[in-house]
Amino acid sequence: MSNRVIKVDALARVEGEGSLYVRVKDNEIKEVRFGIFEPPRFFEAFLRGRHFMEVPDITARICGICPIAYQMGSIQAMENALGIVVSEPVRALRRLIYCGEWIESHALHVYMLHAPDFLGLPDAIQLAKSNRELVQKALRLKKIGNDILEAIGGGRAIHPVNMRVGGFYRIPKKSEIKPLIEELEWAIEASHDTIRLVGGFNFPDIEQHYNFVALRHESEYAIHEGRVVSNRGLDTDLPHFLDHFDEEHVKHSNALHGFQKPGKQPYHTGPLARYAINYDRLHPEAKSSAKEAGLGPVVRNPFQSIVVRAVEILQVCLDGLAIAKNYVEPDRAFIEPEIKASVGHGCTEAPRGICYHRYEIDDQGLVKTARIMPPTAQNQKIIESDLFNVVSANLALSDEDLKWRCEQAIRNYDPCISCATHFLKLTVDRE
Amino acid sequence: MTARAKPRLGVFKFSSCDGCQLSLLDCELELLAVTDAVEIAYFLEATRKDMKGPFDVVLVEGSITTPHEAELIRQIRKSTKALITIGACATSGGIQALRNFKDVNGFLEIVYARPDYIETLETSTPIAEHVQVDFELRGCPINKYQLLEVLNALLNGRKPNIPNFAECVECKQKGTVCVMVAKGMPCLGPVTQAGCGNLCPSVHRGCFGCFGPMETPNTDALAKRLLTELGQDKASVMRSFRNFNANAPAFREESLKHE
Repeated sequence: MSNRVIKVDALARVEGEGSLYVRVKDNEIKEVRFGIFEPPRFFEAFLRGRHFMEVPDITARICGICPIAYQMGSIQAMENALGIVVSEPVRALRRLIYCGEWIESHALHVYMLHAPDFLGLPDAIQLAKSNRELVQKALRLKKIGNDILEAIGGGRAIHPVNMRVGGFYRIPKKSEIKPLIEELEWAIEASHDTIRLVGGFNFPDIEQHYNFVALRHESEYAIHEGRVVSNRGLDTDLPHFLDHFDEEHVKHSNALHGFQKPGKQPYHTGPLARYAINYDRLHPEAKSSAKEAGLGPVVRNPFQSIVVRAVEILQVCLDGLAIAKNYVEPDRAFIEPEIKASVGHGCTEAPRGICYHRYEIDDQGLVKTARIMPPTAQNQKIIESDLFNVVSANLALSDEDLKWRCEQAIRNYDPCISCATHFLKLTVDRE
Repeated sequence: MTARAKPRLGVFKFSSCDGCQLSLLDCELELLAVTDAVEIAYFLEATRKDMKGPFDVVLVEGSITTPHEAELIRQIRKSTKALITIGACATSGGIQALRNFKDVNGFLEIVYARPDYIETLETSTPIAEHVQVDFELRGCPINKYQLLEVLNALLNGRKPNIPNFAECVECKQKGTVCVMVAKGMPCLGPVTQAGCGNLCPSVHRGCFGCFGPMETPNTDALAKRLLTELGQDKASVMRSFRNFNANAPAFREESLKHE
């Protein structure tokens, strides 16, 4: 019993392929590795030489769960490079489609991927056997996210086709946005129910003092625009992002590990970070619902991220409803870009955290260099730090229970591993 | 029907974005009907229940890009009665097959500080280059209704009703005005297999080939038209054929003519 190895070769209910290895000797943790064995796909390399207009459709293919994050990040980076500022109604439409992606991705994670851990079930299919109505409700909520994506994205939720540098290919008609109003009104009620449900789960007692990093906007709960801000005093615009953040290549992972400079400080991006940094920007209804679920203005228990995700679903349903109700069709679908050699930066809040893009384009509009920092790559160091604390606090558990607890600790981050590869497998080794 | 009698379904992922297997979870209104009809015996994205084969049906997403993947797909083929590939990665190699046109070591150095830590093959190849495939479902991503049709057909022992005609036909069926004729936009519709639901032309842009080459596509005629009437340069024409289905033979050969 004094020497233990706990291994998970292929983590389930995460997007992509990851693993975990923990080695414990005489009740002391010797090694914790969150590994990513998702094969590399070399996006930054083959983007070189592509025309800037082709980039958003290529970067979308980094991730099937959060394609909007990759499309919008690259679109906004190109617009930044070419000096394009889109009109207010186009901006609102972009926020609305992003609300759709958050609803779809968060509902998928909360109900299908994360909740089964708290209920002691292997998956949502087993949950459907005991509570079919609940799963049907979850699926309807998820579908509303996809309905928004389809209405604005040109008929497809995964890799939508309607967003472009400069705006949209085609403006959705008012009659196409209007049906979303009734759906979002239902979704707001369903989100309240979700917060009550997940707020009542039992959470392992672990608190971490995180270095939170999130986007912050002057008036909104930041999703698609803002400055990069931390709870430890960092406040930077996008062109200076790389002065503060970088990535390193470690042997056990096909994903680069992000860190904050100086040194190689781990940081936490995603729902807990956004909530802590933008608590004052939450809709009053979301804030009071969070309070009822027992959340303060900062949540430091990573296992409670499921509650924060549920609060965020409510937030974006409220936001989305307001946009849908006030929707006016923009006068023009897009601004035609004028090509010039330049550099552009884009950063948005993907459902799992900040996603940064930087492109350098030449005077023909072809990409010279591309840099993309996906949220899960940025969270790898903090996930390992969480795992260390979870294992030390739970050494009394059996290997099987400890393994499940560790998997759960990783799922707290809703890791998106395809994204991070340039981006998981669990091994606990008790020697 | 007893639980024992349900066909066993496995869903496996290779190099890809997860979008095609997500399409199964995106069948929100039909998902519980699917899980009533089949036993999901392996689906890592959805369940930690890790059950071994044998399977009745396996859905495979993603392309083969590492030595480990090349070995794994052989094991999976041995453990299943039917193997269906879903999406552009599994059926042609995907966007990551752009490496097939370059030196992968150059790519490694661009992305990774320590290329020696990475194990990768020089090419990204479709599943059918490694094992026998019973049906290939196209798309980047796949159309979830086509996925339901393929599963339905398989469970009922009939041939899936998946058309292999050109995307142009979907424009005609939907009454979409031809973007190439009316607006002079480059469009891969004439050589691309239908099935997406006529998305791009409906939003006033040309098709960019998510569903790969149709049966016997005349890529040569399309390329000539792009170069002459539409005034595109060779590099643009080459890039048009080098997207998510760059490694599909018809698109690969056409793109090589314009290097």
